[in-house]
Amino acid sequence: MSAGAPLVRLTGVGKSFTTGVTALKDLYLDVRTGEFLSLLGPSGCGKSTALRIIAGLTAPTQGQIDWGQTERPGVGFVFQDPTLMPWADVWRNVYLPLRLRGVARAAAQKPIAEALGMVGLTGFEKAYPRELSGGMKMRVSIARALVSRPGLLLMDEPFAALDEITRLKLNNDLLRLKSELKTTVIFVTHSVYESAFMSTRIAVFSGRPGRVAETIDISEPAARDEEFRLSAAYGDYCRRASAALHGGSNGRSRHEP
Amino acid sequence: MAAQTGDHAMNRDRLLNWAPPAIVFAAMLGLWEFVVRYRAIPPYILPAPSLIATTLVKDWDTLSASMLVTLSITFEALSAAVFGGVVLALAFAQWRWVERSFFPFAVVMQVTPIVAIAPLLLVYLDPGTAVLVCAFVVAFFPILSNTALGLASTDHNLVDLFDLYRASRFQQLIFLRLPAALPYFLGGLRIAGGLALIGAIVAEIAAGSAGQGSGLAYRIVEAGFRLNIPRMFAALTLISITGILIFAFFSGISWLLLARWHDSARERG
Ligand SMILES: Nc1ncnc2c1ncn2[C@@H]1O[C@H](COP(=O)(O)OP(=O)(O)OP(=O)(O)O)[C@@H](O)[C@H]1O
Ligand SMILES: [Mg+2]
Repeated sequence: MSAGAPLVRLTGVGKSFTTGVTALKDLYLDVRTGEFLSLLGPSGCGKSTALRIIAGLTAPTQGQIDWGQTERPGVGFVFQDPTLMPWADVWRNVYLPLRLRGVARAAAQKPIAEALGMVGLTGFEKAYPRELSGGMKMRVSIARALVSRPGLLLMDEPFAALDEITRLKLNNDLLRLKSELKTTVIFVTHSVYESAFMSTRIAVFSGRPGRVAETIDISEPAARDEEFRLSAAYGDYCRRASAALHGGSNGRSRHEP
Repeated sequence: MAAQTGDHAMNRDRLLNWAPPAIVFAAMLGLWEFVVRYRAIPPYILPAPSLIATTLVKDWDTLSASMLVTLSITFEALSAAVFGGVVLALAFAQWRWVERSFFPFAVVMQVTPIVAIAPLLLVYLDPGTAVLVCAFVVAFFPILSNTALGLASTDHNLVDLFDLYRASRFQQLIFLRLPAALPYFLGGLRIAGGLALIGAIVAEIAAGSAGQGSGLAYRIVEAGFRLNIPRMFAALTLISITGILIFAFFSGISWLLLARWHDSARERG
């Protein structure tokens, strides 16, 4: 409605695996250009599968997926684990997307420096992944996703493995990056609180086979701060999302302060 | 000051690491020497360590030349095994049918004891080639199976990432599968180095006097015929030392290549 034309539209998308598991069924979802969309749902409901379908890493077995501008824009993907190449230092890890595209080292210097600057890792170019903390590795992973300036950033529970303090910090950093880059973000999470804090819209999934049970618009300014976490509106959104989650069958959410 | 205490602690740790094995080793040699002298065991039954050492010095020219022969056979066989093993592992990774068709042969080659194959090879090949082939056969499998395992066990999320950026198969191989397989390959190389030496020795022993070879194993056979037991022991000692050097060499290479990033080379503490 407010955020513009759909970037991608999923119509009746379903995915069954050869193992007999049906991960998704009758999934309808419009992703709007420029929005921060959270996919919230119980474990195993097919959120990762939906994300992989959007990324083009796997094809749906039913339904179709249409891109607004005829083609898939550049996509950045952040996995639940940092998924860095352990044999390469930070610089070369972030260089990967550009290198695969044939960008020369010299030409890559500037975008890489910018991407590392954005995630606050300037000065760590020469460090190897194992010399970094979990949060720093995740930042490298985000820098790698951003370095090619993707039109669409897909994140699959990127902060789930991190401690609370780091997670809150990275939540804030991600919101800042999002407003700087104006890219569309699809963010998979287990956490009601994370989704309500970050998103402009939440798509709540039902239990398996997954489909969108309800969408919740968060009509708040996109720039959020710690004040927002304490506001009554935030509490309301959390309650609504939580109710939607438990309204579905076998719902499960993480309970945290 | 604090750094100094740290250094002291480190030196002490190092001492504690090295002292016990060194002392135990020296004590064993001492005991051996003592028993031989005290019970007056004749050198043609069991030579004392001191006699072995003097033999080693006295026969150094012959023995060191043989050691070089053995080393060069080992490294020739190993180079062939590395080349063959890596190429075949790459083929396995690209085409499933190659793996299915050829892996059984590799297994058969591996599980059949080399001692049993060596005499057969000596029938068909001239002794020099047979020795080389034996060393190759035993070194080949660990390289092949480790490299194949390494190539296959690449982080699947990284593979997805490469697909996402539309990497070609070649890019995926060079930037992802080969580096990911490197630690496995090096592990295989370390084992293969020792095995190649064993293969070369076994074949040379099997060749016995028929072989005109002059490797360390041949020296053992020769000294055995002449009942020159101290020299047998000296050659045996050199074989052990060669084995240790080969292992140390590849461990060093492995450390150089992996120290910065791989957990197997991580410093603890
Ligand atoms: N490659 C696959 N082969 C077979 N089944 C799969 C595969 N990938 C996912 N599944 C199944 O599909 C279902 C949905 O998986 P998916 O990973 O999308 O869930 P999810 O919502 O991301 O769960 P979580 O929150 O725990 O990550 C699961 O039951 C899973 O077992
Ligand atoms: Mg998932």
